[in-house]
Amino acid sequence: MSQNLDLRDRLHPHGDDFYELLMAAHDGLEFDQSAALNARLVLILANEVGDINSLTAAIERAAAS
Amino acid sequence: MHYQNRKYPFRTPPELMGEGRGRYPVAIIGAGPIGMAMAIDLALHGIRSVILDDNNMVSVGSRAICWAKRTLEIFDRLGIGDRMLEKGVTWKVGRLFHGKEEVYNFDLLPDDAHKMPAFVNLQQYYVEEYLVDRIADFPDLIDLRWLNKVTGEEITDDGVALHVKTSEGNYWLSADYVLACDGCKSQIRQRMGLAFEGQTFEEHFLITDVEMPEPPFESETPERWFWFKPPFHSGQSALLHKQPDNIYRIDLQLGPDTDPTEEAKPEQVIPRVKQIIGDRDFKIDWVSVYSFTCAMLEKFVHGRIIFVGDSAHVVSPFGARGGNGGIQDVDNLGWKLAAVLKGEAEPALLESYDEERRHGARENIKNSARATNFMTPKSKMEAMFRDAVLNLASDLPFARRLVNSGRLSFPCSLEGFTLQSPHTAPRGLAPGTPCPDAPLEDGWLLNQLGKEFILLTIGARAKALAPSGVKSLHFENSPGVIAQYGDDMIYLIRPDQHIAAAFEAGTDSKAIERALVRATGSLALETAI
Ligand SMILES: Cc1cc2nc3c(=O)[nH]c(=O)nc-3n(C[C@H](O)[C@H](O)[C@H](O)COP(=O)(O)OP(=O)(O)OC[C@H]3O[C@@H](n4cnc5c(N)ncnc54)[C@H](O)[C@@H]3O)c2cc1C
Repeated sequence: MSQNLDLRDRLHPHGDDFYELLMAAHDGLEFDQSAALNARLVLILANEVGDINSLTAAIERAAAS
Repeated sequence: MHYQNRKYPFRTPPELMGEGRGRYPVAIIGAGPIGMAMAIDLALHGIRSVILDDNNMVSVGSRAICWAKRTLEIFDRLGIGDRMLEKGVTWKVGRLFHGKEEVYNFDLLPDDAHKMPAFVNLQQYYVEEYLVDRIADFPDLIDLRWLNKVTGEEITDDGVALHVKTSEGNYWLSADYVLACDGCKSQIRQRMGLAFEGQTFEEHFLITDVEMPEPPFESETPERWFWFKPPFHSGQSALLHKQPDNIYRIDLQLGPDTDPTEEAKPEQVIPRVKQIIGDRDFKIDWVSVYSFTCAMLEKFVHGRIIFVGDSAHVVSPFGARGGNGGIQDVDNLGWKLAAVLKGEAEPALLESYDEERRHGARENIKNSARATNFMTPKSKMEAMFRDAVLNLASDLPFARRLVNSGRLSFPCSLEGFTLQSPHTAPRGLAPGTPCPDAPLEDGWLLNQLGKEFILLTIGARAKALAPSGVKSLHFENSPGVIAQYGDDMIYLIRPDQHIAAAFEAGTDSKAIERALVRATGSLALETAI
């Protein structure tokens, strides 16, 4: 795994709050609509992260699963 | 069943021996864990009560098994904590599986700073049996009447009259206050026409308790196993837990289209158990099917009738918040009702029970609904997110924390509610926090707190004079206490071991007196001081 991936739990203590928000955003959507929502969300979050090294590491980790 | 229920005898109540209508400060409907704990808490404050129960046994079969730290601390205050600790199983190792694969495991190391562990597993019938035994310590204060069914009530100017049915005849009794501890199907709640609304889940769960002389684990250390998508049945989750007496609880979530009665048949249950525990000797001790609702009353206090425990709120079992939440109701209400009955506080103090415990119930419902949603994805995308979390959880700590197989009951903070003073001290614990335990030279801090208001002062500079009626407790050079509470601090502690106000050393005594007035529910008076 690339050393640029932040291994700390940065969501804590709001992990459950976040997960509930995320599920609520998908509530009632068709699968394709949900996938499109995810695509927009990934792009927005990527811009929030900003750092290209972190983004490279995140893409590598997600693809490796 | 492995456990043999004692049968408690019916005794002719004084009302049926020609003594006329009895009058009691408190009448409690229901001798479940909540009703009995309530009577004991009141007795510790010197308040007399009568408990009426329509049955003559403690809980039959398998219900609650998991009792959390705060509950154990409250039970310790009530006098059965040591017995629960001695008999209960304190599990240490947890393993989480996704299909056949183990995603991760964890070791719950004991916290040396606390007397009580994170929780113990102990069958509800043992807890209730210990409560019945403890009640026998208060023959003058608690009148526990088995086989006395409450069938009606009448509200009068100065109290409530209850109509009671027995095999020897019916009678009325009167009480200043009635506590409805009659469980999730509360009849008094129905008779009063109170709405009990919430979310009902469609899933059924199959509980199997098996008795097994040898543990299925690799060592003698008790473990908890949880599966998402277990390989041995079609449902979404499964749980295996150890209880005392070599009894293991297996909890299977059944798919929405399975037939619960079919699933409970031995020819279905036995092969499945074998798949989980391998080729070992076992006996089926108990099988039942349940489904659940998350619901609560809009108000817990209705004049002189107060709802406590399952009659006021029910949750899904994930996170074990039902009984644990109810015991916190008891803790919260006991001292307040005692103060009102002794004339030390206005009845308005009871409104703070409503405010604080409805908040607690909402938190419990929120957490157990979240766990339920994680365990039962509603759509393909939800299932993908759930699986992605499990996939990343093997090496990413953030994902591990998102895995939700039930968040264990944790007491909520009461910060910001009427009785607590604002958080002004720049350090130390915030008002509303349940007091954390701390090791003392000869015992535990929590065993010194509770029952009455206490002014806890820590450090040589924190010598404050306790207001009248408040006990003072002082520590110096006590590293265990300082580690939790900070040095040179002053705390006003409620009788239920919650912080009402926090000050740095050197605060003036007026501020402490004002905090006490507020904490006893006399806000209107506060401005006068
Ligand atoms: C499968 C399952 C697993 C659970 N696991 C856990 C767990 O691990 N941890 C946890 O904390 N909680 C758990 N719970 C919840 C827990 O069992 C309840 O929250 C708890 O029993 C509530 O106690 P109670 O005293 O309010 O009500 P109850 O235990 O229901 O007691 C009510 C009492 O009132 C009596 N009564 C009713 N009507 C009348 C009447 N008209 N007159 C006189 N008496 C009456 C009844 O006979 C009964 O004795 C679980 C529940 C289930 C079903």
